[in-house]
Amino acid sequence: MTSRRPKLTALLITFALVAGACSPSAGGSPSAPPQACEAAGSAAGADLQIPDVEAGKFNVAMVLIGPHDDGGWSQAHYEGLLYVCQNMPDSHVAYIELVPEGADSEQVFRSLSRKGFDFIIGTSFGYMDPMETVAGEFPDITYLHLTGFKSNGKNFGNFFGAMEDFKYLAGMLAGSRAKADGNPKLGYMATFQIPEEIRLGNAIMLGAKVTCPECTMDVRWINTWHDPIIEKEAAASLFDAGAQVVFTGADTPAVADVAQEKGKWGVTYDHPGSCKVEACLTAPYWIWGPEYLRIAEAVKAGTYTAGYEYFDADSGAMGLFGFMEGETLQPGVASLPAEDIQKVKDTLAKMLAGQFTRFDVFAGPINDNTGAVKVPAGEKLKQADLDQFPPGAPGNECTYCMKWFAEGINGELPQ
Amino acid sequence: MDFVTIMAAGVATGTIYLFAAVGEIFAERSGVLNLGVTGMMLMGAVGGFATVVATGDPWLGLLVGMAAGGLLSLLHAVVTIHFQADQVVSGLALTFVGTGLARVLGEGLSKAGATSLLPKLTVPILSDIPIVGPIFLRDQSVLVYAGYLLVPAAWYWIHRTRPGLNLRAVGEYPAAADAMGVNVYRLRYLYVFMGGLLSGLAGAAITLAIQPGWFGDLTVGGRGWIAIGLVIFAQWDPLRAAVGGYLFGAIDRFLLDVQGPENFFGIRNPVYYDHTLTFFLGMLPFVLVIVVLVVGSREAVRKRIGAPAALGVPYIRGERGA
Repeated sequence: MTSRRPKLTALLITFALVAGACSPSAGGSPSAPPQACEAAGSAAGADLQIPDVEAGKFNVAMVLIGPHDDGGWSQAHYEGLLYVCQNMPDSHVAYIELVPEGADSEQVFRSLSRKGFDFIIGTSFGYMDPMETVAGEFPDITYLHLTGFKSNGKNFGNFFGAMEDFKYLAGMLAGSRAKADGNPKLGYMATFQIPEEIRLGNAIMLGAKVTCPECTMDVRWINTWHDPIIEKEAAASLFDAGAQVVFTGADTPAVADVAQEKGKWGVTYDHPGSCKVEACLTAPYWIWGPEYLRIAEAVKAGTYTAGYEYFDADSGAMGLFGFMEGETLQPGVASLPAEDIQKVKDTLAKMLAGQFTRFDVFAGPINDNTGAVKVPAGEKLKQADLDQFPPGAPGNECTYCMKWFAEGINGELPQ
Repeated sequence: MDFVTIMAAGVATGTIYLFAAVGEIFAERSGVLNLGVTGMMLMGAVGGFATVVATGDPWLGLLVGMAAGGLLSLLHAVVTIHFQADQVVSGLALTFVGTGLARVLGEGLSKAGATSLLPKLTVPILSDIPIVGPIFLRDQSVLVYAGYLLVPAAWYWIHRTRPGLNLRAVGEYPAAADAMGVNVYRLRYLYVFMGGLLSGLAGAAITLAIQPGWFGDLTVGGRGWIAIGLVIFAQWDPLRAAVGGYLFGAIDRFLLDVQGPENFFGIRNPVYYDHTLTFFLGMLPFVLVIVVLVVGSREAVRKRIGAPAALGVPYIRGERGA
């Protein structure tokens, strides 16, 4: 009897592996592509398969923290990747999804490099150090990291954009909504205590103060970028604590679903498709395609210089759902006071024209939540204050270092 | 932060643990350890959600979700009962199979958007009882109420009925049960299947009622394992499993709500000032499960806490020993 067991065990494990290997194998086909295009995909896990390169083509690989169809952050990047493939002749693109940050991702980046990809994009903060390590091992491959603060000046570049502009606009809408509803309280579901999340939280609060000076905002830290179940719990926690509008800093539209259930309002993030339900006010979102294409072409031509690239609203790489061309206002926004909507439209127009930048969002006077003046009137923050590339490096010291929460935010940051 | 809100949320999400844990109690009481709870829950979750997306009927989704969990459990039953293979290995394999299948079947479902949900109910009059009313009887999903009915029913079935006596006999001393004319194989199949149905129900409860939507593996997350730990924590008793399930559900919510207030009764709230503590707090439920599993797997302790004596041991008719 016992002699039968090992065979059976082997059979079971084989079956398990086969079933696992059937998981998502190819990305969805894009709509009306200028060039037929398919991204080879794979999910991290015990059954991870590193996609192959295609000889003679320019091979681009992307590493995603969530699924490519998460309706948020990862999907926005995935669509950017497809855009590259559609608009760049002789290109081949592939992605790996659900890759955890840290040591696991280092193996993924190294494997992709060994396969011979020419250009590798990592789209989550925690890929930063692993990518830096691998970039040192493969000097002929170009690596682009999003959201962090490191670059080696050679083949490992940093790239991100001023989402604070659009969070500021969304904050104006949320403040107006909360005021109109007679409950001047917002909620912010933040992920990790990194400069980006603090900066975006402050932008929301400063925006809300424009339309609703009496507004305050609660914060919940969820310690994850992508976990819709935790995102739902945190949204419920904020709504139950009295918030009228809740913002998410994480990757999925979960916040809007909870808002719908609770009869309140949510502001989603990252992808225009994330703002589906009626309870969604708006979504600040990314349009990565043209930017990725520009950098990919520079890499191919050998003209790309790795460094710190931080684009603003005039790049056209970001949007505010409901306010961009071809979009209609969500019902929760359409019913707001006309002067508030006009204010948002005017500021947006200035942003897109390059006349209102992230430094105008963070222009003094700004007080922190203890009442202390952080930025005096007439002063503006500098890039080093916003995110410090790299933090505290000589010649790049911050003056008004954003390690504080703006007035109105209920929360503390460890010093 | 408010006790009633946290507990009400805990009862809602705890219902998920409750269904899975009661299902596992049935299977383990019959002597079959099934570690594939996560796989079965994912199958229930994806089965239920795919059905509601296709037909718009969450009740039908509930049935399909249960059936999906039940069908997957039959694989474990055939392998461990008919072929007498190692239950631990088969259970782990079931986790992988369920996860892989659910990923394939769930492809594209995350884009489905809002779907119709199972209704929420408030019990008139009784929901006005202070504390108890708002926690248990106000604006809870119909499945939460199903949990209230399932738990005492399961307890009564196991402890007070003739079939329950047979169930316990099969899990304690199958040879004796066999000698008394109880069909050991049939009963084990039946209760493993029942465990599968309830795990499927737990999964469908997530996607159709309590945290609606399909999010791949994260839909269930680590909750299948917590349910297995709960069974030992509950000493194979449905009533204790319910209490444990609600508590674990409340912990999930407490970790978030505790970040809100600056002070508790005038004392500085450390979590408000240093959010890194939330990493530590978030780890605690899993630490608790590990402790329970380690302590609960010692032979002496197992006997004392009432583990079914034949748990994990395949029954081979005519061979000596259980």
